[in-house]
Amino acid sequence: MLSYLARRTLTLIPLLFGITLVSFLVIHLAPGSPIDVLADLNPKMTAEAKQRLITYYGLDKPLHERYWQWLRRFLALDFGVSFSADRRAVMDKIKEALPITITINVLSLLLIFLVAVPIGAYSASHLYSTFDKVLTVFVYIGFAIPTFWLALLTLILFSVQLEWLPISGLSSLDYPQLSLAGKMWDLVSHLILPVLLSAFSGLAGLSRYMRGSMLEVMRQEYITAARSKGLSEAEVIYKHALRNALLPVVTILGLSVPGLIGGSVIFEQIFGIPGMGRLFFTGVMSRDYPLVMGILTIGAFLTLLGNLLADVSYAIVDPRIRRGGAG
Amino acid sequence: MGARGLIVFFSLSLSLSLYLSGCGERQRAETPAPNPKPGAVGLEPAHGDTVVEGSIGEATNLIPMLASDSASHNIAGLIINGLVKYDKDVRLVGDLAESWEVSQGGLQITFKLHRNVRWHDRHPFTAHDVLFGFQTIINPATPTAYAEDFRQVKKAEVIDDYTFRVTYEKPFAPALSSWGNLVVLPKHLLEGKDVTKSDLARRPIGTGPYRFKEWISRDRVILEANPDYFEGRPFIDRYVIRVIPDLATMFLELKAGGLDLMGLTPIQYKRQTDDPFFRDNFSKYRYLANAYTYLGYNLLEPKFQDKRVRQALTYAIDKDEIIKVVLLGLGAPATGPYKPGLWFYNPNVKNYPHDPAKALALLKEAGWADRDSDGILDKDGQPFEFTVITNEGNALRHRTAVIIQERLKKIGIRIKIRVIEWSAFINEFIDKKDFEATILGWTTGFEPDQYDIWHSSKTGKKELNFISYKNPEVDELLEAGRRTFEQEKRKAIYGRFQEILAEEQPYAFLYVPEALPIVHARIHGIEPSPLGISYNFHRWYVPKESQKYGRVALLP
Repeated sequence: MLSYLARRTLTLIPLLFGITLVSFLVIHLAPGSPIDVLADLNPKMTAEAKQRLITYYGLDKPLHERYWQWLRRFLALDFGVSFSADRRAVMDKIKEALPITITINVLSLLLIFLVAVPIGAYSASHLYSTFDKVLTVFVYIGFAIPTFWLALLTLILFSVQLEWLPISGLSSLDYPQLSLAGKMWDLVSHLILPVLLSAFSGLAGLSRYMRGSMLEVMRQEYITAARSKGLSEAEVIYKHALRNALLPVVTILGLSVPGLIGGSVIFEQIFGIPGMGRLFFTGVMSRDYPLVMGILTIGAFLTLLGNLLADVSYAIVDPRIRRGGAG
Repeated sequence: MGARGLIVFFSLSLSLSLYLSGCGERQRAETPAPNPKPGAVGLEPAHGDTVVEGSIGEATNLIPMLASDSASHNIAGLIINGLVKYDKDVRLVGDLAESWEVSQGGLQITFKLHRNVRWHDRHPFTAHDVLFGFQTIINPATPTAYAEDFRQVKKAEVIDDYTFRVTYEKPFAPALSSWGNLVVLPKHLLEGKDVTKSDLARRPIGTGPYRFKEWISRDRVILEANPDYFEGRPFIDRYVIRVIPDLATMFLELKAGGLDLMGLTPIQYKRQTDDPFFRDNFSKYRYLANAYTYLGYNLLEPKFQDKRVRQALTYAIDKDEIIKVVLLGLGAPATGPYKPGLWFYNPNVKNYPHDPAKALALLKEAGWADRDSDGILDKDGQPFEFTVITNEGNALRHRTAVIIQERLKKIGIRIKIRVIEWSAFINEFIDKKDFEATILGWTTGFEPDQYDIWHSSKTGKKELNFISYKNPEVDELLEAGRRTFEQEKRKAIYGRFQEILAEEQPYAFLYVPEALPIVHARIHGIEPSPLGISYNFHRWYVPKESQKYGRVALLP
């Protein structure tokens, strides 16, 4: 088992380098450069001034040299300094945005599981009933509806008309003066709409997956066996079928790990949330190479880590995988 | 807030989103009773309250010379003063400089500085701070977009603590306005340090009416009044700028009371704020923005080299129609490269009212007529058709192109429209002069010098006279305008310059859009001017009885 783990981990290293190399090449292939915002059509920008900026950002060096420099810094776990005018460390920027995005994504993922699993299980056990059809329509509406539009409608209803919830940002202006309970509520009330809405749009996938998995299990012989033992339908479904149907669904969790750090640009834009989605988006638009590379590398690392965890957990439950790998 | 000359009319700032928010208005308990409009008597200025502004972009760096975005400059403008500033009538007046003297035929400017000014950390402000700022901005290691005006300086010297003198290679009138807040840095905090790594970028120390309080990344920046401001303590205690990247959300936030000030889109101005709720609780303003949009012709193309053809195209375009459709009427026709209302704007230039018949007559004179009766004008067997390029992400320009296409089709000119992603648009087409015509915009400032855009020496690759306009008289005027500091002389020079451009139509000047700020009605003291409304922010106030946020405890 240990050697399997070691082997798997070792193969990740060249993979990670490959990913950084490809990412580096691709973002540099895109037209434009970080100095465009300053230099394009700017009368105060002479050719010499432009050249000084190009040298300042190191854009005059050949691509392989720049990649090598990036790589050396990266090996020292340093993502460098952002090309944006604030010249802040990429790591600082990511550290600010990451907790916000992870909080929202974890909350909404939890909510999706809490709602989608019962919906899927119910739909499967009451196949083609009216309720199954209603639920199916409901989750597909969530999937299909343009989220920015729904977000604006809910903002108009809950924030402008009813005044129950704040509109944008993560805290109110008077936040520092609030009591502890007041601060808690302030944060929660800012998060309600973004979390609810992103969960709503994610319901369809998981509930349909759960429904399918449940139907699969219900066809198994051990379910027929359980029924023939004379167990009640509820016991058959919730004790035997549900548990087994949940297994493949839970593996989706492993695949969701990299998704947790990627924020949704649209949600963050509308709710004014300073998360990863907006950070990445503005980074790409302004050709902020160090920032984009930093976010891509962390994303790649987490994806690989998620895959590794999934593989390892499979290996733990299924000895054939370990042996197959060794053979 | 300082002269920044012409910078790129960046597409994001004016790309308007057209979200419709359909909701009825309701009166709310916590909004103040309907206020008389600003200027009414009996509303005494009082200290206190907070003004919350919405911004789609976040500031990047609050050291002005290192920032190139308007969000940064807007905030830094409240914290950091320059030596000079523009007054209500767009005339240069002293700011940190009490007065100045131009001598030696315009070669030398001597600034006399105010004596009682202190930095926000109580350290006295002196001429050494200006010299230090100047040395920093011309340092090649400083990544700034604003060094060029200062590289014209031959010598900068501190005569005494309150006298600062600069000597130029040759007289350079636009230089005076460059001594704004780009070059004033606290020497005592920065000497011997790398300005790009300074904390001041995120925790600035200035001399201005507001002091920096807090910056929550990509969320908000909070400033508070400087009680020791040398022109007197500002009335509004606190200023908050919130980053809300979506204009529809920002509008809802305004409606719900979370914002006091934002810029509206034309559709918000016309259709969504025209109800009793907004009339009672907000004041809307409109003034011409510092920008114009044009259709520029590549003058290396033979068909655009005839002045009559260019004039005909302008006659064929209906500018009022474009303004009505694209800006919902919230703009003015452009007649030249300056916005109406500034002292150097010349209203008496050749005008081109929409007149298709005249356009056809001029084209015929130039040899263009529909000889083969296919509905398209032709000359020497070539049909009159060309491609107009514009950049992606600017719906206004795209719509303008479509309207022009329709109008030109009616007189027998076929145009194709191509929308191109910004980087490729600039690098592959504009910089290489590989285009026939383009719809673009310039932002304009309060300084008339436009040497870089119209002088014949600026027609090289990657230079800004990319339409290759060459006119010896214009060259002379642009040079003369740089040599003299006298406003009357400059007015005559740039007046003539506008006459020539209007006659020659190297661009079809299309429109000047309007800025459409909306401000909560409890805020008084706003005096709109061609500068906008925020130039006198430190004189804004909220009368005691209608204050919403109350007083903020300020440390001395």
